[in-house]
Amino acid sequence: MSVPLLSLQGLTKAYPGVVANDTVSFDIGEGEVHALLGENGAGKSTLVKMIYGLVKPDSGKMLLRGQPYEPAEPRQARADGIAMVFQHFSLFDALNVAENIALGMENPPEMRDLAARIREVSETYGLPLDPYRTVGDLSAGERQRVEIIRCLLQDPKLLIMDEPTSVLTPQEVEILFKTLQKLQSEGTSILYISHKLEEIRTLCDHATILRLGKNVGECTPSETSARDMAELMVGSSLQTPQRGARDFGEVAMDITGLSVPAPSAFGTALKNVHLTVRKGEILGIGGVAGNGQDELLGVLSGETLTEADAVKLHGQPIGKLGPTARRKLGVLAAPEERLGHAAAPDMSLTENAMLTGSVREGLEKNGFLDWGKTKEFAERIIKAFDVRTPGPGNAARSLSGGNLQKFVIGREVLQDPDVLVVNQPTWGVDAAAAAAIRQSLLDLAAKGAAVICISQDLDELMEISDSFAALNEGRLSAPREAAGLTVDEIGLMMGGAHGMEVAHV
Amino acid sequence: MIRLEKRPQPSRAWSMATPLVAVLATMIFGGLLFAALGKPPVEAIRTIFWEPLFGEFSFYYRPQLLVKGAPLVLIAIGLSLGFRAGIWNIGAEGQYIMGAICGAGAGLAFYPAESFLIFPLMVVAGALGGWAWAMIPAVLKTRFGTNEILVSLMLVYVAEQFLASVSLGLLKNPEGFGFPGSRNLQAWDSAHNAELIAGTGMHWGVVAALIAVIFAYVLLNRHMTGYHIRLTGEAPRAARFAGVNPTRLVLFCLGTSGALAGLAGLFEVSGPSGQVSIDFNVGYGFTAIIVAFLGRLHPVGILLAGGLMALTYIGGDIAQSNLQLPAAAIQVFQGMLLFFLLAFDLLTNFRIAIGKPEVA
Repeated sequence: MSVPLLSLQGLTKAYPGVVANDTVSFDIGEGEVHALLGENGAGKSTLVKMIYGLVKPDSGKMLLRGQPYEPAEPRQARADGIAMVFQHFSLFDALNVAENIALGMENPPEMRDLAARIREVSETYGLPLDPYRTVGDLSAGERQRVEIIRCLLQDPKLLIMDEPTSVLTPQEVEILFKTLQKLQSEGTSILYISHKLEEIRTLCDHATILRLGKNVGECTPSETSARDMAELMVGSSLQTPQRGARDFGEVAMDITGLSVPAPSAFGTALKNVHLTVRKGEILGIGGVAGNGQDELLGVLSGETLTEADAVKLHGQPIGKLGPTARRKLGVLAAPEERLGHAAAPDMSLTENAMLTGSVREGLEKNGFLDWGKTKEFAERIIKAFDVRTPGPGNAARSLSGGNLQKFVIGREVLQDPDVLVVNQPTWGVDAAAAAAIRQSLLDLAAKGAAVICISQDLDELMEISDSFAALNEGRLSAPREAAGLTVDEIGLMMGGAHGMEVAHV
Repeated sequence: MIRLEKRPQPSRAWSMATPLVAVLATMIFGGLLFAALGKPPVEAIRTIFWEPLFGEFSFYYRPQLLVKGAPLVLIAIGLSLGFRAGIWNIGAEGQYIMGAICGAGAGLAFYPAESFLIFPLMVVAGALGGWAWAMIPAVLKTRFGTNEILVSLMLVYVAEQFLASVSLGLLKNPEGFGFPGSRNLQAWDSAHNAELIAGTGMHWGVVAALIAVIFAYVLLNRHMTGYHIRLTGEAPRAARFAGVNPTRLVLFCLGTSGALAGLAGLFEVSGPSGQVSIDFNVGYGFTAIIVAFLGRLHPVGILLAGGLMALTYIGGDIAQSNLQLPAAAIQVFQGMLLFFLLAFDLLTNFRIAIGKPEVA
């Protein structure tokens, strides 16, 4: 390898109070798939924003094929052959694919020519996509294709992908990998950001690991174990959650033939859902985002009321009971959206401890609130779950996402639930904290509680769940024993690749 | 370059300091306004803020402060509960009128009997009148999802027509020589909301306002209902998750604010005003909205804001007659106060930073 495509030399970027990148250096070779690994807050995003011209480094320099490269804005980066697919899509739902792509171009060609180009590129790279379909009707995987094709039309030399697989089913991931491998074979370099170690091991030639803004090591993923990479990321040896053998008791909660209309135009209707979870069992529910996860949690927590018989706790109908009544019976929940749903952003942690803790922790007497006791409860959560905050008087919004998540999960776990329902329990949480949260769910189940874990992270579900079911467009697949499930089977349960097939290249 | 940066959490110091800063800024810019009109600025400001409290005729103005401030505080406390939860009762003026009509009507039914039971009965009837009037938007909202802002506001005009009707008909004084308006309650001991201590302006309405402040403070800080009100205002989804029943909350907030507005109307009609008449209402119900926000929806803040508002009204009247300041200038001055308050409010959640922005 002579001159690398892009060479980063001592890049440093500081924000008030935190150094996001501290003298980071590494090279990306021509035609190389380079992984950028790191926990949340390790500085991956800042680094790629510097490469893409969104952020200017405080010091250090970048060389593109040996020439100084200082993009002042993304347009310049694109002109130099660097393209980026963001984690969050920037597409207009009401426009069709070709119109969306034209919007992002400097000099869009005639719509008919553009459509032809889109078709050509999509067929070449095995990403089937009809340029005239409305984006609002596309699945998350298809939307990502729009973004990728938008980048490919520029003929990039370096393609940056930020956590591209977090919204995909296993089959869609496979299609994406085929595309990336084809791009690589044509000489395009790819900078691939992820924290999913297994996929990095299959896809990437080389990996750079960031921790707290510093480059802490490089490795060849195919020759390094996932565990070693994880430990490099975290900086300490990683505690794998321990699961003991457990006996399942009687059925704790069951749902039979539950159908709920979509709560809003953008919601998902639940269709004929059946599920049972036994004492001591962890039921994992997988599925791509937006397939009814929020709605299912609402039905279980009591935010959405149903026919009394549709939801049963120990055989007793509870479908018509609200959240407070269910908490009294031992059914607790932790929603996905931390700020605004699980917690009130501007309220202190003490006040947020009151939010779900009032009934079971006895924080209320005849309607009057015992703030002293509530503060103690909040302090207990902070201590037990290692929530990093100056104290319970701080507002929920001042906590980082991961810390608030620990608080939210801890608040429910410490209340000793009979049935706990969690949605995305470790979303945006660093590896060490995620392991702690998973361990607490396992411990809870070992004590005899029934746990329903809704998650989009398949690794997480495989790690902790005893049985597995998947949500697809509001329907829940029949649950199966989790041990021994293959990725293919899971993908089929999740609804396959939404009717898309790998194009024959 | 000057920018605003969001604070990680609301600043306690600034939320205390902004009202003072706003009053100060109003004094400065109001002074400039008065100077531009060719009036002595310092003298004008002094007249507005000092004269009613410590001036030569303060023995007359001080009681007026309580008389004008009490209904404002009483109504604003009720409104603030709903506003905290995002439930907008804009029709306190109508509830105030209906409270006065119902309370006075209940009393006048027993005229000319004398009994110590009549006044308490009127108080209950006044509260019920306001409550019932507020229940109309509440029930329509919970049943049919109508907008409580529009319904409660429209009902103000219905109440005004109703007021004119009873002044000319049902409650018209039979011995009133054909003039519109009811009997004067001040002349009937059993129904008169007289000053509790002569010459202080202290009447039952003032007592009720103080009780309401304490009640609201305890409710919001120590009671589950108050916690649910705050939670609903800050994060409606979290409130649902916590188990708040939105229907009950709407009924509670609108009902309470209606009842307090009704009480204010009753204390006014049986005290300072004395009779139900066509022009009985003078806009307390609308001004109370300003008072509620001026006091940043906090009970103690509302108490202070009610006092401040009453002060600028009385001081403004004095400045008009003593310095020949145009009435419009006084209104601009009062408007400035609200404007600055809301503007400086920003500093509670944001800080001003100077320098180049960081790209997020």
